[in-house]
Amino acid sequence: MSTELTGAEITIRCLQEEGVSHIFGYPGGAVLFLYDELFKQDKVKHVLVRHEQAALHAADGYARSSNKVGVALVTSGPGVTNAVTGIATAYMDSIPMVIISGQVPTAAIGQDAFQEVDTVGITRPCVKHNFLVKDISELAVTIKKAFYIASTGRPGPVLVDIPKDVTQQKAIFHYPDSVSLRSYSPVVSGDIHQIDKAVQMILEAKRPMVYSGGGVILDDAAPELTELVRMLNFPCTSTLMGLGGYPATDRQFVGMLGMHGTYEANMAMQYCDVLIAIGARFDDRVIGNPKHFYSEERKIIHIDIDPSSISKRVKVDVPIVGSVSAVLKDLIILFKANKEKVEAHALQKWWEQIELWRARDCLKYDRSASVIKPQLVVEKLYEITGGDAFITSDVGQHQMWAAQFYKFDKPRRWVNSGGLGTMGFGLPSAMGVQMANPGSTVACITGEASIQMCIQELSTCKQYHLPIKIINLNNRYMGMVRQWQEFFHGNRYAESYMDALPDFVKLAESYGHVGMRIDKPEDIDGALREAFKLDKQLVFMDFITDQTENVFPMVPGGKGLSEMILV
Amino acid sequence: MENEAGALSRVAGLFSARGYNIESLSVAPTEDPTLSRMTLVTNGPDEVVEQITKQLNKLIEVVKLLDLSSEGYVERELMLVKVRAVGGQDREEIKRLVDIFRGNIIDVTDKIYTVELTGTRSKLDGFLQAMDRNLILEIARTGVSGLSRGERILKL
Repeated sequence: MSTELTGAEITIRCLQEEGVSHIFGYPGGAVLFLYDELFKQDKVKHVLVRHEQAALHAADGYARSSNKVGVALVTSGPGVTNAVTGIATAYMDSIPMVIISGQVPTAAIGQDAFQEVDTVGITRPCVKHNFLVKDISELAVTIKKAFYIASTGRPGPVLVDIPKDVTQQKAIFHYPDSVSLRSYSPVVSGDIHQIDKAVQMILEAKRPMVYSGGGVILDDAAPELTELVRMLNFPCTSTLMGLGGYPATDRQFVGMLGMHGTYEANMAMQYCDVLIAIGARFDDRVIGNPKHFYSEERKIIHIDIDPSSISKRVKVDVPIVGSVSAVLKDLIILFKANKEKVEAHALQKWWEQIELWRARDCLKYDRSASVIKPQLVVEKLYEITGGDAFITSDVGQHQMWAAQFYKFDKPRRWVNSGGLGTMGFGLPSAMGVQMANPGSTVACITGEASIQMCIQELSTCKQYHLPIKIINLNNRYMGMVRQWQEFFHGNRYAESYMDALPDFVKLAESYGHVGMRIDKPEDIDGALREAFKLDKQLVFMDFITDQTENVFPMVPGGKGLSEMILV
Repeated sequence: MENEAGALSRVAGLFSARGYNIESLSVAPTEDPTLSRMTLVTNGPDEVVEQITKQLNKLIEVVKLLDLSSEGYVERELMLVKVRAVGGQDREEIKRLVDIFRGNIIDVTDKIYTVELTGTRSKLDGFLQAMDRNLILEIARTGVSGLSRGERILKL
């Protein structure tokens, strides 16, 4: 007779079968049996955060930096509601995650029980899918489905809500090797006729442009993208989410595009005649107002795993639904076999134009200033880490400077909340990154406003000895809010001044970390070198920066890409 | 779609979250009890309808989707109307109107007729327009169900 296991045992066994190494969570009444089983084993390491939002961000950072599914465990009620921001963050950026949430016992559901919320209802709009497991016999197969759905197609978070009584009931454990869903079968390879059409269109291009997005990172397609772009000698830009998909130090890379993209990237995007969009979705922060984008004629080829991303904001000419890596491989093969070549003379002229735009030096700033320029800190950080660190960020000006000045040559090194724009993401996601990449250098570029949204995680970092380097670009303002107020609200800085800031050095020290305050430009280099020598300790570096520095270039909301405000 | 708790709310949630309009929606289990069939009527420019189609297809519980209006189709809706029917003249007139629209009177009191009417949306609308507004006491409509004309079949 095969032995029966409890629901809690089954859940943990499923995680083991999936090869989950870390689970980020916070215990509570509804998940006590699950924690009891976690306690009895050591294959799945539990990481205790200080707030459920951080559990989600940590699992998210873990996933982004490793291409494994991130896993979080939270209790019912407030455990879930605290987690929602983290779930939505992962959903907007298509990050594969499985969230296990406790629920009140089946009989209590709908009775307004203690710590009861309609978890499936609350999370429905911000998950790829979710399940409520009411029957223990469905538990293992549901968890299998969750991992399958989360990690295939366009990835995303999947939540499994398990009532407490289900974790106590018993059933025979069987974990299926695979699972198939009649209503879910993501495509992989692209339609070859469409790919052929794309090849023809590319061959006829006079001013081609490659626009790559987060899909390239998610699908591990950086090698294919790099090979294709180099083979064609085309200019390549990237969205915020796609940085690292093509080496940023390469001559063919024209920088990030969009609201705070480079002049050359935005101009090339606007004036190209054939645009190849790869795993990107033409969102409002990337192309600005579609009306302005349409004012120039261009042909668009769009490669994406998600059909609903195609022709959503911008009508495209050649849609190719498929996994980015598979389609890029096909394109590479076709171009290698094809005798025709892109017209070299036109391409040469296009490059000359791009170089003129590039010569505008749109990211320049005052390097000789007597106050610390935030850009300089990021540049120094890049230098000292050899461009090889994992960088997480929060949301705001510091995020944009990180994206502009840290040149990512490799994928999965840049971890930030692009879609949802979640302040508080940086520190907890850095924890997940460090867990997934022990021994690697991990830095969190943040600001004094963002860091305070999940500052309690300094405690988690201490408990697990995470030697994260926090680069706090402290301008005493919610900098991006301040910038918009300066530009668009008549310098009325409503509630954007960060008054009553803590002494971050003492704060870090009180958590058992190292704190540093740097307020002179000439001290940046030495301080960073000193901090990175402390490879066993978290160092909180509080850089007192120029209060009024703005992020340039900037495409104001509702404007077109060629209408940038330049420094 | 899968005949599961929550499937309907996923569809309804998608429409409200993305600002799409639901004109009517009718759903019931099929001959295969694991599947439900939903007929949803919406409107919008082609590109919006294309987005709606794609977004619906993304829902894990949506098994198969067909835009009936992309080709020929038949539609029917059931409507029950309770009307005030007092006095010989009114009662006669209502009866005549029901006959013209090929409806049935399925409940009668000395003051009330309850009328059953099946047809396209526009036929039901036509009946309501023809009826004296003041006599209509209550209306229940099921929303449209539809099938493609000819050989075209939406089935697994």
